[in-house]
Amino acid sequence: MKDIAESYVTTDGRTIGPVVMEMKNITLRFGGVEAIKDISFNIREGEIRAIIGPNGAGKSSMLNVISGFYVPQEGEVWYKGARRPAMKPFEVARQGIARTFQNIALFEGMSVLDNVMTGRLTHMKTGLFAQSLWKGKAEAEEIENREVAEKIIDFLEIQAIRKTPVARLPYGLKKRVELARALAAEPSILLLDEPMAGMNVEEKEDMSRFILDVNDEFGTTIALIEHDMGVVMDLSDRVVVMDYGKKIGDGTPDDVRNNQDVIDAYLGVAHD
Amino acid sequence: MNEQLAFTIEVFANGLMAGVLYALVALGFVLIYKASGIFNYAQGVMALFAAMTLVGIQNGQVPFAHLINAIFGTEIHHFGWHVHSFLAILLTVVVMIALAWMVQQFVFKHLVGQEPIILFMATIGLAYFLEGVADLMWGSELKALNVCAAEGACLPQGMNLWLEGTTYEALGYGFFIDNLDIVATIVAAVLVAGLIMFAQYTKQGRAMRAVADDHQAALSVGVSLNFIWVLVWSLAGFVALVAGIMWGAKSGVQFSLSLIALKALPVLMLGGFTSIPGAIVGGLIIGVGEKLFEFLIGAPFLGGATENWFAYMLALVFLVFRPQGLFGEKIIERV
Amino acid sequence: MFYREAGDFNTSYAEDQQTFPIKFDRYRYYVVLFIAIVIIPFVINDYWANSLLLPFLIYAIAALGLNILVGYCGQVSLGTGGFMAVGAYSCYKFMTGVDIWWGGELLFRLPEFNIFFSIIMGGVMTAIVGVLFGLPSLRIKGFYLAVATLAAQFFLVWLFNRVAWFYNYSASGQISAPERELFGVLITGPSTPAWATYLFCLFFTVVCAIVARNMTRGAAGRKWMAIRDMDIAAEIIGVNPLRAKLTAFAVSSFFIGISGALFFAVYLGAVEVGEAFSITKSFLVLFMIIIGGLGSIFGSFAGAAFLVVLPVALKIVGVDWFGWPTDIVAHLQLVVVGGLIVIFLIAEPHGIAQLWRVAKEKLRLWPFPH
Repeated sequence: MKDIAESYVTTDGRTIGPVVMEMKNITLRFGGVEAIKDISFNIREGEIRAIIGPNGAGKSSMLNVISGFYVPQEGEVWYKGARRPAMKPFEVARQGIARTFQNIALFEGMSVLDNVMTGRLTHMKTGLFAQSLWKGKAEAEEIENREVAEKIIDFLEIQAIRKTPVARLPYGLKKRVELARALAAEPSILLLDEPMAGMNVEEKEDMSRFILDVNDEFGTTIALIEHDMGVVMDLSDRVVVMDYGKKIGDGTPDDVRNNQDVIDAYLGVAHD
Repeated sequence: MNEQLAFTIEVFANGLMAGVLYALVALGFVLIYKASGIFNYAQGVMALFAAMTLVGIQNGQVPFAHLINAIFGTEIHHFGWHVHSFLAILLTVVVMIALAWMVQQFVFKHLVGQEPIILFMATIGLAYFLEGVADLMWGSELKALNVCAAEGACLPQGMNLWLEGTTYEALGYGFFIDNLDIVATIVAAVLVAGLIMFAQYTKQGRAMRAVADDHQAALSVGVSLNFIWVLVWSLAGFVALVAGIMWGAKSGVQFSLSLIALKALPVLMLGGFTSIPGAIVGGLIIGVGEKLFEFLIGAPFLGGATENWFAYMLALVFLVFRPQGLFGEKIIERV
Repeated sequence: MFYREAGDFNTSYAEDQQTFPIKFDRYRYYVVLFIAIVIIPFVINDYWANSLLLPFLIYAIAALGLNILVGYCGQVSLGTGGFMAVGAYSCYKFMTGVDIWWGGELLFRLPEFNIFFSIIMGGVMTAIVGVLFGLPSLRIKGFYLAVATLAAQFFLVWLFNRVAWFYNYSASGQISAPERELFGVLITGPSTPAWATYLFCLFFTVVCAIVARNMTRGAAGRKWMAIRDMDIAAEIIGVNPLRAKLTAFAVSSFFIGISGALFFAVYLGAVEVGEAFSITKSFLVLFMIIIGGLGSIFGSFAGAAFLVVLPVALKIVGVDWFGWPTDIVAHLQLVVVGGLIVIFLIAEPHGIAQLWRVAKEKLRLWPFPH
């Protein structure tokens, strides 16, 4: 186990930084149901961290804990070396944690550009009065943030649909717009909840390329949930495996692949 | 017996009876909401429409007489006959079923799958439309409504002397309670019980609950959504008719009758939109609450007429602490 | 063909984000403004001002306000009438000098405000009351909230009816606007010139429209729309839901308060709260934005114009041409308005604004179908 403050270089030459987020003994209950049971793991700076597990393992709940939407009954979340106090989701977002959703959660009544611009809201500070005048501060800020948003739009190759209402877009493009909205926040940690669910092979390849490029170019730390094992093994630096709310494996893709508990969870155990 | 206490008890009893009527109107809302997700603002206007139709049929009024006269320059008003109350009620029920069918056919069939708030606004439009139609059909002047089983056997009016006498002898203070209120309470209680029985024990009732639970699943086991929706609108129409008769007999049939819907809204907020027991308990709480508040605080200290807003404020304050209502389930939000 | 945008390029983000990015629209806007400011004041008379132009301008402000709350932020309010009443009564108190009493004694009396600032204070006070009644919106959603706003409607009307301080203890229980001038011209009172009241209202309408447009095209508007479209997702990407909703309530109520103040002081001159600001008013303004178009500035104007013109038109056709009794025409009006609401919700939920957009699309391509 490497020290949490230490950087290291992986076998394929990627530099992984120190731990940026650490989950300590997280337990989450809904009434009598324990969705997450005493799970600990960490996320290092610049890495792609995958969370995998069968359906109902508690992966999405875990992501919801990280983004502050669920408050765990027990355990601590440490972020950038300090314990995170109880926070509302929007405060978490302002700390630099952005995410996408399993069932696309775009703002259907708005254009693609406006959706991406909502991702910039955490960076926009002009008061209501200045906005009502527009000329001056509000306009300058708007243009400054529009430039960032346009860069992301270029990056994800969705220039042509900039002004299209999102409600009219096909599924694959919606997923990409959602990624754009999350990226527009220029997050320190990007959480992706099944970014490739329901996609065909080409779309998956596109999305994988985007995820790797984001990680490469912006150095964004990424935590993702994914069911496609091929994709997970190719993309991620380290993998957490969950089953029935418990952690049953944690390590590099190769470690996890050879872990007996993980194999049992996925293939089933012969009861003899 | 203490005079003030006796007064309070009397106010309490009156509030309880008003509450039963609120519950009755609220029940009409709950029926439609459960089965179709539509929050029917027009329920009050339906009660007005039903009461006006009943009076119109009883008196042998020609529908749309004013409009016909205005267009063709004729002078027709009455058919010249009077219809017996039972027959008139029966005919009104038929009209309400026809109305239910039309509402489903021309409005809500085309709005399936829309957001609840859009449906709500559509019912506000419907309320305006119905009010206009009712006025055009029967005229907007104040009408007296009297339902009689036979000559001399009408809905009772005035104070209940027997109750006053008995309580006076027993407690030294005679309770003033309206005869009509007592009848209304009994009718409403019977109707509420009947509706619950219908929903629980009949085939159509079961289908109704199935639709309420899950449209798709109900469709897949062969329930006709259209039929169920017409059915619930008809039931709501029937409930509206009963409410219309009770309120109409008490204070005449006119526009203000449709405002009872506004009284039912806070009842629903309190009881939860989907709960039949919620509507009943909510109705009773609001009925008693507003009468007691007016009697103890409103009239002496605030200048009176607090009944206009008390129910809403109570519901508002209550909802801030318990957003799902009295009997609703706690909402777990998901992403 | 008639409506062209080809060859009209925006070369900077500033140009792309202006109110009318297409040149043709921009010129049309200038023409409308020119007619409204320069030509109409010279041809206006009392009939036009009182039956069409003033109500249109005033309701347009209320519709803009309600549209911010309902159309942009997705919080349905049925309390518009009550909020307009707050605007009207605040305006009245400020223009006659607010008197503060304590223990039966007059502590002090503010000086009488100029009519312009009284109207503004009407908006400010309404914004405060609006925020107060908007507070539950964090916990109460959808039509639970819609019904909850009825609490504001009934409570406020009751308050202005029962507490004599609000109507300066007048015997009739009414409030009536005393004569007030701006730049030496009468704005309120019985003998005002039509052009002056018109220009006064026009000023507020234009400023409100520009402010509404500026807010909705920028960060505030996006926050509101995010809350409207998916409040949970909005919170997770960093929108503070309570703040967003409360600013929507504040801005919306400010506009509605201005509108109520103008409605009382400039248009009617004297009001009785139960009559002028009843729940019917709440529905009227709601209908304006449904018919006009939810979430559209232009739609607020279109809806206000439509529902101001409709009764006048029905009256002209029904009473003046056909000679029908007025009560029948009034009932017909209910049928028509209610029917139109239902038809619009079924056929075109985005209202006249959307019809206008479609028409522009058609005109752009004319005479070719595609």
